[in-house]
Amino acid sequence: MREKMRQYESRMRSTEALKQKLKQLTLDNKELRKQVKVLRAEIGLEASPKFHGKTTKDIINDLHEKERECNSLVVVWRAVASIAWSVLLLPVTAAVFVLLSRFSLFHPIQWISECTSLLTASSTIFSLVVLCGVVLITGLFNLEFYTLVPSIPCSRMALLGTVLHPRQCVHSLVYCTMGMLVMWCASVTIGGRYSTLGIPCRQSESGEVVTCLNEYHLFLLLAGAFMGYSHSFLGVVQNMYYVSFQPIQQYKYPRFKGCLPMVVKCSVIQSLYSARNFAALYFFFGYAPKTWISSTLHLQIDSSLQPLDSLTGLLDFSLLYHLTISGTFLYFTWYLTVLLFRIYVTEAYSFPVQSTFTEDAEQCLPKVLAETNTLVMKFFALQDLALLSQHSLSRRLEVFCLSQPGGHPHNWNAISRECLSLLSELTQRLVAHQDAVASNGRVKSQSASSDTRSASLSSSVMSGTEDIAETPRLGVPLRTPGSVFKSSVGGVHSALTAPFTPDVDSPFSSPAIRRLVGQQEPRSPWFGTVQSPHIMRRGPKLWSASTESQSNGSPPASPVTVPSPPAASEKPSFLAQWLQNRREQVKSFLAKRVLIVYLFNKLPEASSQALFADSQVHIWALQGLSHLVAASFSEDQFGVVQTTLPNILSCLVVLLEAVDRHFKLPHASSKPARAVCRMGDSTYKTLRFALRAALKTAIYKITTTFGEHLNAVNISTEHRKRLQQFLEFKE
Amino acid sequence: MRSAGAWRDAGLYGLLDEITNSAEEVPRFLAVGSACVLALLRWASSFHGSLFPHLTLSSDEMVAEFSQMLDWSDSALRSFAWHPHTDKFAVALLDDSIRIYKSNSSATPTLKHRCQRSVCALQWKPLCGSALAVACQSCLLIWHVDPTSLSTRPSSGCAQVLSHPGHSPITSIAWSPTGSLLVSASPVDTAMMVWDVAAESAVPLQRVGGGGVTYLSWSPDGSRLLAATPSALFRVWETRMWTCERWPCLKGSCQVRKLRKLSITVFELMYAFIYFFKLTFFSQTSWDPRGERLAVLLKVIAVFKTRSSPVFELLPCGFVMGEAGAEPRFMQFHPHFQHGALLTVCWSDGRISHVPFYFSSAGLLGGDSPQQALASNTADHSSNKLYTEQIS
Repeated sequence: MREKMRQYESRMRSTEALKQKLKQLTLDNKELRKQVKVLRAEIGLEASPKFHGKTTKDIINDLHEKERECNSLVVVWRAVASIAWSVLLLPVTAAVFVLLSRFSLFHPIQWISECTSLLTASSTIFSLVVLCGVVLITGLFNLEFYTLVPSIPCSRMALLGTVLHPRQCVHSLVYCTMGMLVMWCASVTIGGRYSTLGIPCRQSESGEVVTCLNEYHLFLLLAGAFMGYSHSFLGVVQNMYYVSFQPIQQYKYPRFKGCLPMVVKCSVIQSLYSARNFAALYFFFGYAPKTWISSTLHLQIDSSLQPLDSLTGLLDFSLLYHLTISGTFLYFTWYLTVLLFRIYVTEAYSFPVQSTFTEDAEQCLPKVLAETNTLVMKFFALQDLALLSQHSLSRRLEVFCLSQPGGHPHNWNAISRECLSLLSELTQRLVAHQDAVASNGRVKSQSASSDTRSASLSSSVMSGTEDIAETPRLGVPLRTPGSVFKSSVGGVHSALTAPFTPDVDSPFSSPAIRRLVGQQEPRSPWFGTVQSPHIMRRGPKLWSASTESQSNGSPPASPVTVPSPPAASEKPSFLAQWLQNRREQVKSFLAKRVLIVYLFNKLPEASSQALFADSQVHIWALQGLSHLVAASFSEDQFGVVQTTLPNILSCLVVLLEAVDRHFKLPHASSKPARAVCRMGDSTYKTLRFALRAALKTAIYKITTTFGEHLNAVNISTEHRKRLQQFLEFKE
Repeated sequence: MRSAGAWRDAGLYGLLDEITNSAEEVPRFLAVGSACVLALLRWASSFHGSLFPHLTLSSDEMVAEFSQMLDWSDSALRSFAWHPHTDKFAVALLDDSIRIYKSNSSATPTLKHRCQRSVCALQWKPLCGSALAVACQSCLLIWHVDPTSLSTRPSSGCAQVLSHPGHSPITSIAWSPTGSLLVSASPVDTAMMVWDVAAESAVPLQRVGGGGVTYLSWSPDGSRLLAATPSALFRVWETRMWTCERWPCLKGSCQVRKLRKLSITVFELMYAFIYFFKLTFFSQTSWDPRGERLAVLLKVIAVFKTRSSPVFELLPCGFVMGEAGAEPRFMQFHPHFQHGALLTVCWSDGRISHVPFYFSSAGLLGGDSPQQALASNTADHSSNKLYTEQIS
């Protein structure tokens, strides 16, 4: 017994001692921590509350920021390279132009010798310098205006708004000037009767020599301005600055070689059209600029010559030939610059999947994918993902590998999460669109309305173009004229511009819907700041979904602040109601006018096209995901993909359902007419079909690879039923 | 008026011809000028034709010449294709219609389209249940035949028409194994087209030399594409950056003209095979998907047992004969037959027969006896037959 007691006592003592020790140690630890903190603050790793300067951490963050910026400089460097090439190609095109413009069938030797002497003349060199300037400016405009997501106007009015937008006006002005410059160079090069604006002529009655206006020169200059404007105008209408990615990868030189005939053909056709239009225009209105120029520059009009704004004057074969040739030259220089820019920008960019050094971690694929600052980098990253999933075994293995300490599949998790969030974002967008279309049918009139509320709403909803890409999830400042148009003109005319929006704000039927959507819950989380037009449009039904989307996406890029409505407007006021009724009356009155209807009617399929405007990203995400999952069947050693497989499958099936439903809407499945020959890229018009095909192929890729094993995957029964269809090839 | 019609019907040639022939109606200088231009053009084209003799053929003759089907012009069956994943195949008939047969359904949809003339090749899209690509004389048709629908005449609205000026007649098409791209080739066009079918846009890949592309085949992993030309040359494209390498001509154009009709799975191996064995007498071969049976189309079909690892082996296995007087015209192995290999043969009398070979894979059991395969082959010959209507 005693023995036992002693033992117990000694044990108690030792535990007590241990406790003491532990206390001591925790104290020590605390002190040490404090010391470390002080030290860290001293070195600058941590900010003390009183310190206001930059700590090392801040500097490191700044460096990362810089690095990210450098990353997006990729495009700038590519643009510079493309401009350099177009400048280098300029002498060649100029030489061809000289040869063609001086062409004479019957004196070939004289023709050649004349051309060679002309090519070395100082005037030609000067013209070349001017042309280089033009090419440089064109290249800069390309860089400034290019867009990966096309802006799709939903009504003719919206199109008109884009064309008349200040930014676009500046663009047109610059292009007019450049057109005149090029035409001036061209007329100097052609020489002969075109070379100068003033020519000496003899007056008929007195016989003395005075300076007269050279109408041929003026004609060419004006043609240049006209072509410049029409280029700028068509640039908007045909989405000239939309850069699309090719379905296959090619090296730059073969691609350039392949596209060159198309560019030549396009510029010839465009030049012929422009020449015809300009000749018609000059025939009717040519008198005005002629008299204006001659009066301002004190030039006489030579009455002995045939005036050009007459039928006989215009039916001059050599004049028309020279006009067409110089027009072709003009368009060709511009188109070539655009083509080179496109080829350079859309070149694939390869990111490392993971790096051994933490400094480079920012440039790795998973990080860039998650990044939302630059749309371009996101495009490149997804393209790279799609490529690596198909072509590169070693890089796939890097995706499937585990992190060294810890053993987490960070790479795969980040990549799959990003792809899935992209796809679910598209699903939500489609569902929102379907809801909007469905609710359009049953318009309830809601009497109580706060006008300020609906006005502010419509100002945020309204935009000249469909602004899907402006949603915070993509959250990237877009370079479309429409977006600027929205922000600048947006707040002013709410009633007038409401018809611009494609969905809820269909022009004449549903002002109430908008109110309904906004009014349901004034104290909702959305109340102060409107997150995005889309979320507002989505309405109460989907609020849960949209909050979710907000949480898994990036923080909103630039929330549009809406003035909070005054308290009085929250309850129905007689004034507001009266105003509302007036508005309805005005609208119904306007709806009967043909021109208004023409301008404001929605273009068919425009909203459908706009919904899928940035779907290239989704297509790549689908390809990347499906190929990675299929490859994981044999290459994934750690079973990394298995954990996310149910998520991926259900996400794909849900998207498929949304897409299927979308294609049942009117106009959604009608094919656009095929473009004959134009420089503007129209692939965005068929992106929705491409997305549908890619989606089905992606699901088939997974189902054929996994086969019967899919039955072991934990997914809901409806989804399983749908997948069973795929297993039996019945889709 | 007539000249406009001629322009529409026969292009520049037709226009010039029309003007020259109606010399009394048009001004004299125009007639003389057009006659001169016509002569010049003819001279140039005859020179071009002497370089590439196939260019002098008419469009129909060209299709007949380069079609996979032997004696294409008088054959009741114009083309045949198994679906890569299911028990379903499509047959093009002499009257330019296409029928689709399924294993467990009696409905046989008939596809007709006004552009669907002189069908030269068919191929189902991989990783897709519905899309069927059809190479026609003037264009490329993509049919979307809903596998669940019971309708026997899908409307022509289900078909996408893909065409590119100067790219007809199309004699060969090939889907990439991932189903994302479709490549088409014409013996007239030196460029082959890589189609993004959903977007209906094409990227031409042009290489001068060879005078056209007659036959296309993807390697099973999708990393290479074989393009054969009518002359003594063929190219192997690498499909990541789409660069190509020219392969040396074999022994004069004669053998390569044979080669263009090969249906090649592992074409490097095939190349070695032709080169070393000098088997120049056959005109069509087919390899089963597992790479264990090789069928060679002669007057009858000779079947070989092959093994590619560790060394390439070729053992004679047996012959497949048709009905009396029937000659084989085309054959294709079923892409995923469970118990061995299933060879489908189109005969000259318009029949299609399926010849199963029951064997277990050499990789699993170390090979089977050729006698057994031979026995099953002869026994099952007439057991599983599908007949198509003889078209007048």
